[in-house]
Formats: sequence, structure tokens, C-alpha cells
Amino acid sequence: MMMKPRTLFEKIWDAHVIHEEAGKPSLLYIDLHLVHEVTSPQAFEGLRLAGRKVRRPELTFATMDHNVPTADRFNVADPISRQQMETLTQNCAEFGIPLADLNSPDQGIVHVIGPELGLTHPGKTIVCGDSHTSTHGAFGALAFGIGTSEVEHVLATQCLQQQKPKTLEVHIKGDLPSGTSAKDIILAIIAKFGTDFATGYVIEYTGDAIRQLTMEERMTVCNMSIEAGARAGLIAPDETTFQYLKDRRYAPQGEDFLAAVEAWSQLVTDEGATYDHRVELDASEVEPQVTWGTSPGMGTGINGCVPHPESFSTADQQKATRDALAYMGLEAGTPMKDIKIDRVFIGSCTNGRLEDLRKAAKVAQGRRVSPTVHAMVVPGSQAVKLAAEQEGLDKIFVEAGFEWRESGCSMCLAMNPDVLAPGERCASTSNRNFEGRQGRDSRTHLVSPEMAVAAAIAGHFVDVREWLRESAPVSN
Amino acid sequence: MQPFTVHTGTAAPVDRVNIDTDAIIPKQFLKRIERSGFGQFLFYEWRFTPEGQPIESFVLNQPRYKDSTVLLARSNFGCGSSREHAPWALLDYGFRAIIATSFADIFYNNCFKNGVLPVVLSDEQVDELFKRAAEYENYQLTVDLEKKVVKDDHGLEYPFEVDDYRRFFLLNGLDDIGLTLQHEDQIAAYEAKRGLV
Ligand code: SF4
Repeated sequence: MMMKPRTLFEKIWDAHVIHEEAGKPSLLYIDLHLVHEVTSPQAFEGLRLAGRKVRRPELTFATMDHNVPTADRFNVADPISRQQMETLTQNCAEFGIPLADLNSPDQGIVHVIGPELGLTHPGKTIVCGDSHTSTHGAFGALAFGIGTSEVEHVLATQCLQQQKPKTLEVHIKGDLPSGTSAKDIILAIIAKFGTDFATGYVIEYTGDAIRQLTMEERMTVCNMSIEAGARAGLIAPDETTFQYLKDRRYAPQGEDFLAAVEAWSQLVTDEGATYDHRVELDASEVEPQVTWGTSPGMGTGINGCVPHPESFSTADQQKATRDALAYMGLEAGTPMKDIKIDRVFIGSCTNGRLEDLRKAAKVAQGRRVSPTVHAMVVPGSQAVKLAAEQEGLDKIFVEAGFEWRESGCSMCLAMNPDVLAPGERCASTSNRNFEGRQGRDSRTHLVSPEMAVAAAIAGHFVDVREWLRESAPVSN
Repeated sequence: MQPFTVHTGTAAPVDRVNIDTDAIIPKQFLKRIERSGFGQFLFYEWRFTPEGQPIESFVLNQPRYKDSTVLLARSNFGCGSSREHAPWALLDYGFRAIIATSFADIFYNNCFKNGVLPVVLSDEQVDELFKRAAEYENYQLTVDLEKKVVKDDHGLEYPFEVDDYRRFFLLNGLDDIGLTLQHEDQIAAYEAKRGLV
């Protein structure tokens, strides 16, 4: 009998359903549970109160990232931050969960270290009490964020009750123009289709532009799926994926790896399978993006202007735009290139990987950060930091006037000492520009690493493509 | 978990789209390791000045909405971070039901785990509720999960949809870990088949 053609999502889903009943959510098995210090303490407490154990400590992996100071990581001044990290240490010891703590060379942002250590594999179900778990979908894993009650549920049962989401194909055709990045693709998608167009769906990104991306670039795209409202984002694994995973510590080794590649190669959407919905974007039309507002969808190309509220069709959008411009301290009609910035943050689980730092360093090399700008580079993990230092990237940044920091979430959410002062305006490679995200009354503009470096040097936003076309300036 | 059956309370209108979980509970307050005590920090940066003084123009600081327990908002409520601290803060502050035109996925799910009922109504219906909340002093709404309706004392009655299974859990205040553990044999069999023993 012929199997009905299935999407990539359906294949992973079907392989993990343990129990199904009409009118009820399915019981889904979870292959990998990542844990960090912020969303887990109440879950462990729940286990203790109910006298329950962790069912599969070896399928669980913990790290600390949100609270970690990036200047002097062993000097945690905030006692409550320290308590949260100590609580994780105690919980992991009590329940037998592997932990990459501050002393570990594996420590880093949870969504950076999962792939880096080879824990993230195609076809796995992966959850974490963190919305950017969607990052791991870049490997063709079904990966999504959960709340703390669900963290407790997975710890206790290694399963989750899940309503089956719908499927959405985001097809990105054409070639990405040079000087434009994966970050620009995802920002352009969200600007075009909105911050909730994918609510209730799992996205599968397809098309030539996606296939041409490296693994790290794919992670940048999938990372921000949640900013479109999606449950998860997926990219079918291919040779790029397999090459990335080969020889990683927790990836299958030797013969097992070959067998795994054969199984992983089946994880593609079959010819004739249908999605519940489909949208399309032409990558060749994407230019470097900059957000102007307080939601990731409020963005435009670098050659655009801050929009007029009246240019939007609904009363809701007009009001949201007025509120955003007031908060951001921006006048409608201002060219994006005229917006001056005070701070630059390069890092986060969106753009804190080695390739991001390489691209940023290429723009920074031989140039100087504007005297009016305070700029910092925060590697996503200890391994990224080490690799970058071995290549000398840290020297390029420091010579150009950037601060070079220790790994952590840093100013992506400012839960640690890296916080913007009220009114400060920041070009940030992170994923959220919400009110107060980087500090009370702070103003965030989301951009790619290349665009962030260019802004740091010029003191305002510039079209980095013009710089990349010229040869790099001679360093003195 | 506290069951939710029928709830009547004052409606507080927060007239914004895309209210994200960073706004509901800013990250500097996520460091507690308990589930309780987050209500005092709800909407902190909208409610208080940097010096900690109440901002009078914000809805929840106005005397007429002081004791509200039903929150009115617009589209994509609860977007952003997965932090369950958001429903914990809403509940701890006293909110039992949130009415909006749409909700972000993770937040919606988290509400049901904590005895908070998110209700989706249409744009026109939510508009009407905002109008009435401004018009009537101490405007009360009744959210009835048994009958699946929202009504007021002025003749308004809007039916709403909610997944039957979720409704059952909320009505009875059930713990779904217990339910999953009833499938223990199937979980073990699955693990054995996958070689996860
Ligand atoms: S880097 Fe930012 S988005 Fe990523 S896990 Fe940390 S806080 Fe969350």
C-alpha cells in the first residue's frame, strides 16, 4: 500500500505520538529537554512537592545563561541572580541532570550550546522553557518553547500533551543579495506578514534561498519563528546539516553516524504532501532591515523611512504605530539612515555564533567605533568565545573599540548587569525590541551583525552593502 | 490548580495590541524561585515610575478599576517569551479571565495550566466591551465557562469557543501530569521500542 505523502512536520509528529484519542491532545514523546535557570525552579519544586523523579535525566541537559554577568562572570553581584543559578545547580545535582555551569567550557546560551554539542539532531522532538527553542528547528527537529508547568510535566514523564498544530510553508525563492543576511530574511518575513501570521502553525522554510544558507544562518531564521507567532520553525536536513553534526560530541559516531544520516535523509516533505497554508518571499528583493518600533514586525529596509501612522489601514495598527513612535522617540518620515545610536549589542541566540562574529569582524576590521557609541560583542557560548579568540577576532573587535565579553544572554533581555539606560538607543542583533526589553525606557533597533557594526562605526544606521562593496580600509 | 467555573468581576480595559510578556512581567522580576508573589510586579513599567510612584493615567491605577479581575485587551495578547510568570502575575494580582481578539500560543496554553481563562471574542465584540467599560462605572462582566458565554448586567451576552478538553481540565482544576502517568505502560513500551532503556 502507498503511504500518504507527508510533510516533514507530520513525519516527526507521527514518530513521537504515544497515545491519541479523538477530541484530546496527543501524548508526544520528548527526545531532548533543555533547561535553564529562569524557567525551571518552580518545576523542580513541583516535582519535590509531588514526590516525583525526573524520568530521563540523560535526555535532559541544563545550562545557565540569562543571569550570567558577561564582564566578570564569577562575580555575581545580584544576590537573587546568584540564588537562581545556585538553585539550578542544586536541582541538577539532586535529580541527576547534566549541567554546563559557569565553570564548564560548554556553558553558553541554551540554544547555542545544544547544536554546538551535537545534542540537536534531525527528527528529534526538543523542548525548553524558552520561546526561542524554535532555533533547533534549523536541523529538522521539532523544537518548541514551553511554560514552566510543562517543564515539570516533561521532567516527570518525558512526554507532553500537545494539540497538533497546523502546517505553514514559508517559501523563500531567489538568491539573497550579497551584503544581506539570514537575519534580514527573517526580519523581512515578519515585517511583511506580521507578528501573528503563524500563530497555531509550525512553519517549514523551503526554497533556494534557504538551501543556500549555512547551518548557523538557518538557526538565525528558525530562532525568530516565534516572533511570527509560530509554534516552531523547521528546515529539512541536508548535506549542510550532516556536515555540521559530524564529529560533534553528542552526535552519533562512526557507523552509527552513517546509519543516522540515512535515516535523517528521509526527513523531507514528500512530493504531493500539502501544507495548511503557504506564503512566499523573494529573497532577491530583501535589503538590510532595521526595526523602528516596539514589535519585531515594525521594520523596514535601510533605505526606508519611519512610517506615518496613517499609512496603516486599521485603527489598531495606527494606534500601535503612534504608541511605538512615542516610545522610540522617533518622528514619522525620518530616514532610517538618519537615526543616531548610543549603544551596539552583538550577541544573543539569534546572532551570537562564530559565523556572526566573523561577519561582524570583517566589517569592523581596520575601522573605529564612533566616539559617541558604546559597543560590545558577547559570544553565545564559551566555545564560540574560544574559537573566535583562536582566529583573532577578539583583537579585531578590541582594536576597533568594541568591548569583548564572556558568554551569556547579556543585553538581549538585560536580566544581568548588561542593561541600557533610560532613553538609550541601541542597534541590537537580538530578537526582541519590546518596550523595556533591554532596560526600562530603552530603545532597541533589531539588525544583522554586519549592520550593527556599521552603525557602531558611523554612529547612525548605514547601508552596510556600500561598505562591503568597497575594499576594507587599510588598518594603521 | 484552582478550578474555573463562573466568574464575575470588574473589567479593566488595556487598549493595546501585542501586549507582550515582557510588559506583563518585566525580566528583573523573574528571579524569584517560587510561583507566588508576582502580582505586585504586574505591568510594572506601565504602573510605576522609575521611583516606584504609581502612574495615575494607567488603567489599573485608576480607582474605578482597582479591584478588577477581568482584563480586556486587543490582538496577540501574551506574545514573546514563554515565561509562565506572566499568567502567575496576572493571577496573583487577581485576574481570573482575559478577553482579547487573539492570544499568542504559549501564553494561551500557560493560562490553562494556572486557572486563568483566556477568552477569544471578535473585533466587534471586543470593541463593544471597551465601549461599555468606559461608559459604565464599575462595569462588571460574568465569564461563564460552563455555558461558554460572556455577559454583563445590561443585556449583553456573547458565546465563545473553547476546546472541550481544556475546558474540562479548567472546570475541574485537574493536574495533567497525573493523567499522563496513567499512560505509563505506553510510555515504557515506546521507550523500549526506540531502544531508550
Ligand atoms: S539570548 Fe535572548 S532570546 Fe536567546 S535565550 Fe537568551 S534571553 Fe532568550
